[in-house]
Amino acid sequence: MTEGSSAEAELSVRVSSIRITDVTQDGDVLTFAIASQKLNSSAGVCVFRTYEDFDWLQQSLFSQENLPGLHGIIFPPLPSKALPSQSNTQTKALKQLGFLALGQAWQSYSKALEFYLQQVATHPTLCKCNALDSFLINSESPGRQRGRKGIFNRLSQAVEEMRKESHKDVDNFFQNERIKNTNLAALSKVATEKLLDVVMTEQKLALACGHFSTSLHLCVNQDDAAAVAFSKVCLKLSDIIEAVKRNFEKAGSSNLSTLGLGLDLESRYQEAEKEMLFRRTCKLIELETVKKSTEKAKANKREVMEAFQKAVEKEFSLISSVAKQEIERFHSSRVNVLKNFLIGWCEQQLNTAKEFAELYSQHLEACRNMYTE
Amino acid sequence: MSGSCGRIPPPFPDNEDQEAESDTRVLDSDEDDDDDDEGEDIFTGARSNPITPTSAPDEGDIFSEEGSYIRSDVHHATNGLHSDEEELDLFTEATVELTLTNTTSQGRREITGPTASACNTTQVPNSILKPSIVTKTTEELEEEESGDQFELNIAVTNPEKIGDGMNAYMSYKVSTQTTLPMFLNKTFSVRRRFSDFLGLYEKISAKHSLLGCIIPPPPQKSVVGMTKVKVGKEDSSSAEFVEKRRAALERYLQRVVAHPSLLQDPDVREFLERDELLRAVNTQTLSGPGLLKMINRASDAVNKMTIKMNESDNWFESKLQEVENEEQLLRRLHAAVDSLVNHRKELCSNTAVFSKSVAMLGSVEENSALSRALSQLAEVEDKMEQLHQQQAFNDFFILAELLADYIRLLGAVRCCFEQRMKVWQRLQEAQSTLQKKREAEAKLLWANKPEKLQQAKDDINEVKLSTANDKHNTWESKVSQYERDFERVTCTVRKEVLRFEKEKARDFKQHIVKYLESLLHTQHRLVKCWEAFLPEAKAIA
Repeated sequence: MTEGSSAEAELSVRVSSIRITDVTQDGDVLTFAIASQKLNSSAGVCVFRTYEDFDWLQQSLFSQENLPGLHGIIFPPLPSKALPSQSNTQTKALKQLGFLALGQAWQSYSKALEFYLQQVATHPTLCKCNALDSFLINSESPGRQRGRKGIFNRLSQAVEEMRKESHKDVDNFFQNERIKNTNLAALSKVATEKLLDVVMTEQKLALACGHFSTSLHLCVNQDDAAAVAFSKVCLKLSDIIEAVKRNFEKAGSSNLSTLGLGLDLESRYQEAEKEMLFRRTCKLIELETVKKSTEKAKANKREVMEAFQKAVEKEFSLISSVAKQEIERFHSSRVNVLKNFLIGWCEQQLNTAKEFAELYSQHLEACRNMYTE
Repeated sequence: MSGSCGRIPPPFPDNEDQEAESDTRVLDSDEDDDDDDEGEDIFTGARSNPITPTSAPDEGDIFSEEGSYIRSDVHHATNGLHSDEEELDLFTEATVELTLTNTTSQGRREITGPTASACNTTQVPNSILKPSIVTKTTEELEEEESGDQFELNIAVTNPEKIGDGMNAYMSYKVSTQTTLPMFLNKTFSVRRRFSDFLGLYEKISAKHSLLGCIIPPPPQKSVVGMTKVKVGKEDSSSAEFVEKRRAALERYLQRVVAHPSLLQDPDVREFLERDELLRAVNTQTLSGPGLLKMINRASDAVNKMTIKMNESDNWFESKLQEVENEEQLLRRLHAAVDSLVNHRKELCSNTAVFSKSVAMLGSVEENSALSRALSQLAEVEDKMEQLHQQQAFNDFFILAELLADYIRLLGAVRCCFEQRMKVWQRLQEAQSTLQKKREAEAKLLWANKPEKLQQAKDDINEVKLSTANDKHNTWESKVSQYERDFERVTCTVRKEVLRFEKEKARDFKQHIVKYLESLLHTQHRLVKCWEAFLPEAKAIA
């Protein structure tokens, strides 16, 4: 496998067919089954990958050589590694993964990884990376090759970085974009967290309903006529509360699987854009530093410096042009993505609400008829 | 004392057209479906709890809101009026009142009242008034439960704070609407404060509990709650407290008047009618009477532990056990509902916070359609917060307070059993005293001391006690009086418990229907919210 090769290879599978069909847990390790369909045949491919393989893919994407303006690309964000061990309590998992920790059998997490693959495969530049192809179709896993670090994938919080982040831009377009991005990133993160709180409370409510419903069952007593009547009433209430519980469970899971995922993705993508903009800003600072040094340079070094400066300038303008394209692409696609999530969310909630309105209505009828029993 | 455990019919109304009385005496309560048919008609409208927290409607509207009750003449000739006892043939025509309102902000409670005016003979049809000590079968007792319906509605509204600082108190308006002839007017209202309600309870309790009646307990005192109100904290928790108390007072009064013997009590009438009541100072915890009460309660508790009643009737023992078990169950249920209410409140605040965060997101969003959709989303979440709030309120008032009321009512039922024990104890003591005196007399007879013998005879015949109710002058007659008392109390307790259980099942049924209605209502509004949002989401370009 030639890592980092930027040969103009096309993806050999149909992009829309990439799916994560299954996830199995063996102790600490999660294994994902990834299925896709080959482009030129109707054959399907299925491979098994672990998180390390995903990480390898991401690193390979970062470290592609000879790709002009690589740093200007907004890399699709890879979710953090999930730590499914028993010692990892839910609170820790929630802190680490947010919404992706919820849901049954790592469903949300798999969905997020699936999105990741799809985003990489639909990216005009990244889809050509060999690593992606081999990731998707090679039956052998890429192995635990850490390889080169490539560009940094996490914004460190060092004070120096913070200073760089607020460095004034030379281009208005980018200056505005950086401000917008900062706001959006912060706000979407907050919104995601608050929705997570809502979903957690819905879960608690479902539990409380369950307790109440079970306790009502204890009231059954067949001693005399009045007791029988009372028991009937209690059992009816128990059924009703059971329905309320299912309502919360459904509503909560809809929240999770649509809007929750959507906001989580949006929030992580804003972070990814932030990282790209930061890289560009760092390049800008580098350029300005080089310019200053060139001006101060002594005659003998000047030519070398100027050549170097030209190179950096070229890099910078390449990054900026790629970045511009990426930003525009990002803006249009994210609106679409959010739209789909919102529609899906609304439709699911509407269906759930209707379903339970019908159910409560039936219960009410039955209750009223209890009078005549 | 003979009439106190029965129903004394009020003076017959003059106007034959008065449709207030309806006799839907249900006879074959155990067998026919008719029974509950009647039950539905009679009791449909009796919803006693408010659904909305909004303040009480205007003066004149308190009862007119429910103006949609329909009176219909229904001939119940075929409705199970075959009677076992001939007195009951008198009620061949009945008028049934149907109340169809659902969202009254005060309670309506149609009560089983004394027998109807259609009784034209002098014979009192109510077999309870016969001084028989025959133990009745369960069916017969249940027959006597349902009687005629009189209209009596009570509402407690308009809480107002009177005074300032630590001497302040809340005054509530108690409005009554009635067709009962024993009241001076048809519609009237008075203002009462919390201690007045407690005073009423004390008075009723003193008179009726010894007879074996189940006295509805008043709402509990709350130092914390009242202090907040007194201090003048205008926050939502003190408003909630006042609303909670108002509703509890209303339910309390409704239960009191629903009890046929209590309704006849002049103290109850005075409470409802009289403009100015004497301030009930005996209700303060640290007053003389308050302390005395505490001491009595303590000695009662000790007595309870030491007396072992020789129960000839298993029914009482097993019933008491049942009551105690049920109390435990209800406590558990109450805790479950409490946690449900708290979680809902949490959901409420979380939803509000989420709504704000989405609104902010919408405000910085550049794409106009997405921005609009996000603000709409924020509004939807806001509406949902209100719905959650509403539902939490309903959970509380419909379910939690119901359970809390019944936990205390079961306590009152236990008191009732204890009273019977006390009466039994009194009987035992009198019997043993009589026995001792007889033995003394016998001894003297043996010892042949004529002077002392006469003394002993006098002793037995002498009155040594000074209780006000003593009309007899011998120990023997005392013992037989106590025996009759005990029988009567036993009979009353039995009846009361039956009535209570029926009420309980009915009450719970009503509340569940109410709860379901509120759930359904919330759900429909939720559906509307989502339906409104969907086009907005689809419009994002």
